[in-house]
Amino acid sequence: MIAEAGLAALWLAAAVALLQLVLAGVALRGGQAEVLAAVRPVAVTGGVLALLAFLCLVAVFVRSDMSVLLVVENSHSAKPLLYRISGVWGNHEGSMLLWVTVLGLAGAAIARIEHRLDERPLVATLGAQGAIALGFFAFLLFASNPFARVAQPPANGLGLNPLLQDPGLAFHPPTLYLGYVGLSVAFSFAVGALVTRDVGPAFARAMRPWVLGAWIFLTLGITAGSYWAYYELGWGGWWFWDPVENASLMPWLAATALLHSVTVLATRDGLRAWTVMLAVVAFSMSMIGTFLVRSGILTSVHAFAVDPSRGTFILALLALYIGGALALFALRIGTVKTGTTFELLSREGGLVLNNLLLSVILGVVLIGTLYPIVASAFGVQLSVGPPFFDKAAGPIALALVVALAAGPLVRWRRDRWDALAGRLLVPVAATGLALGAVVLFAPFKSVLSSAGLVLAAGLAVASVAPLWGRNLARTPLFTWGMVIAHLGVAVSLFGMAADAAFTRETLIAARPGEQVGVGPFRVTFDGLKPAMGPNWSALEGRFTVQRGDAAPFVLRPQQRFFAQPPTTTSEASIATLWDGQLYAVLGNADAGGRWQVRLWWKPFVTCIWAGGALIALGGALSLLGRIRRARLRHEEAWA
Amino acid sequence: MKRWLIWLPFIAFAAVLWLVAAELTRPADRTVRSRLVGQALPGFSLPAAVPGKPGLDARAFRIGEPRLLNIFASWCVPCAAEAPQLAALARAGVPIDAIAIRDKPEDVARFLARYGDPFRAIGADQTSAVQLALGSSGVPETFVIDGQGRIVEQHIGDLRAEDVARLTALVKGAR
Repeated sequence: MIAEAGLAALWLAAAVALLQLVLAGVALRGGQAEVLAAVRPVAVTGGVLALLAFLCLVAVFVRSDMSVLLVVENSHSAKPLLYRISGVWGNHEGSMLLWVTVLGLAGAAIARIEHRLDERPLVATLGAQGAIALGFFAFLLFASNPFARVAQPPANGLGLNPLLQDPGLAFHPPTLYLGYVGLSVAFSFAVGALVTRDVGPAFARAMRPWVLGAWIFLTLGITAGSYWAYYELGWGGWWFWDPVENASLMPWLAATALLHSVTVLATRDGLRAWTVMLAVVAFSMSMIGTFLVRSGILTSVHAFAVDPSRGTFILALLALYIGGALALFALRIGTVKTGTTFELLSREGGLVLNNLLLSVILGVVLIGTLYPIVASAFGVQLSVGPPFFDKAAGPIALALVVALAAGPLVRWRRDRWDALAGRLLVPVAATGLALGAVVLFAPFKSVLSSAGLVLAAGLAVASVAPLWGRNLARTPLFTWGMVIAHLGVAVSLFGMAADAAFTRETLIAARPGEQVGVGPFRVTFDGLKPAMGPNWSALEGRFTVQRGDAAPFVLRPQQRFFAQPPTTTSEASIATLWDGQLYAVLGNADAGGRWQVRLWWKPFVTCIWAGGALIALGGALSLLGRIRRARLRHEEAWA
Repeated sequence: MKRWLIWLPFIAFAAVLWLVAAELTRPADRTVRSRLVGQALPGFSLPAAVPGKPGLDARAFRIGEPRLLNIFASWCVPCAAEAPQLAALARAGVPIDAIAIRDKPEDVARFLARYGDPFRAIGADQTSAVQLALGSSGVPETFVIDGQGRIVEQHIGDLRAEDVARLTALVKGAR
């Protein structure tokens, strides 16, 4: 019954999306005011219906309704409640339903809270949202019905991949989806602005909070995903340039560029065409990412269930939306007047440099990700891995860091080189000091990691420089946001470079009682004992770790055996210290009773994710500041 | 800005789309192509795996008679599953030699008694050394060897009914 209600809600939501599209079209072609006024409530209805369908799916998972195929394939009644719920989006159909639910809710949110934009561009925006939603509803209904029943319900389900039974993974996909789909709002705003020929500061100001919000979620999602891969996969790495990771990185790069160019448009009415282009590209990257992941066209460690017919369906949607938006851009952008121009050395110029460098990195990642498909079309099987991405994107990213350090210290409109040099004096001095320290004390592993360490120091100093000489209490919240986000980049960069430069690794076959050294630690293998969890049993190793004269602590890495589906996973044990993490993985035993043990000492590796969190926090502060200022202006206007 | 430049993103996207669509509509080829195809068999000489049947020497493959080389083990379940296909090949007149991997003579004998014995000679590879030299990563695998002792094809996994005709043709066509 619940499953049928969900399916009905899904059909209704699709019908409402169609209505939304048609009404918007009629309204823009000179329909009456009533038609124009009807679009907002229709959009809200669509969001509510999509949410209802999603909640129905959650309900069948929570109740472990084994007559629903999706539950049978992805759940098990013995699973803890959290993982029964996260099982909803731990599969293709459920995650697509989550995707359109977020899309519908975003449409509803625009309709409810956006009051700064003129009615016509807003209705055009909602029409575009309706069009996107309609396509993906059709995809769900015709190619991926999440509510399909089974004729003979089995006694129990097949279970969820144990790797996904992890709190991190419970929240990682929804967060990323909020980001991906949030960008659809920017896309719809851009399409709306093109349709109504209304590209200007008002459009940018209306779009900015959405871009910022989506970007915050993307940042959090990527950071969480990276940390999950780091501790759950037991490979000790935090980024693998896997196609699915790239699929989340590309929208983030485009959104980061958009975030900065939309500021130029909102404040200085410059970069009109470019901002519209980026808004289209950002969501296009989300959709291309979804396609790459869902179609199985690329091989990835994220072995999602794949189906070429579904791939073709999504590809047709991509052709329609991205192709349509790009064609609309080409047809209409000529009618958009050039905005204000600016000097080369100005904040605007710095932001253009930021955009160019981000776009180049985006291009590199896109080419690297798609290259295997290109090669395969010519009959060559290959994969593109970290060496390419590190070498090609790394140096550009470091150049971006330099621009990032200097950018916020440049004035809007026009600046003088000598004045900028004066403001950069202290950050440059800090960079010099860091260079000296790295040359003297750090082991040389690669130019990239050493340069990363040096530039991180310079950036950290430069990013707080905009606060100097200001009354901190009266500094606007969005300036704080910028400072903290940029500082986050410095912290994250430091973590990455420190991990690359200082990591120590030991791989041994040890018997209980043996001792081994890694970095500054002495690690003793005390022995093994069995351990039990709610739906797994495990062999748990016990390792006592001693560093100098400090109090010893214990690491307990596990080999976990899940009964349903039968899988063995290795559960790393990680000790977080103030200056890094000690990471232990228990492998298999050999015939002689020796256990494979892998130990990593990773100094300051936590900075990578702490920096990511800081970046997101900066975004949140900035968003809060913008909303507060908009509200103040609103009140002033009515006072 | 030149007019046509505005269409550049659209054109780039169309190109990617065309490429991806072409790739998607082409049936996926999941066959693993062995690097040893076209190369000579590595040299080996294996003792007999069961009493009463000869062992296997690489030189025996260079006498101008194409044949199959089956890698199997008595402890391997898919090997039992492919037994009817091997029997069919033997009935069609295809000569088949075999290598038993990490096995005991009595187990191999029991396996042959139960699932049939289509083999002319069976070598015993106790350490998988020959298996590794052949580039074989598991059991069962079946190699097609031509009359000069060159590898024509490496079939990974158990033989299915649909493979019988193809392999027969391959062996008959080889010199």
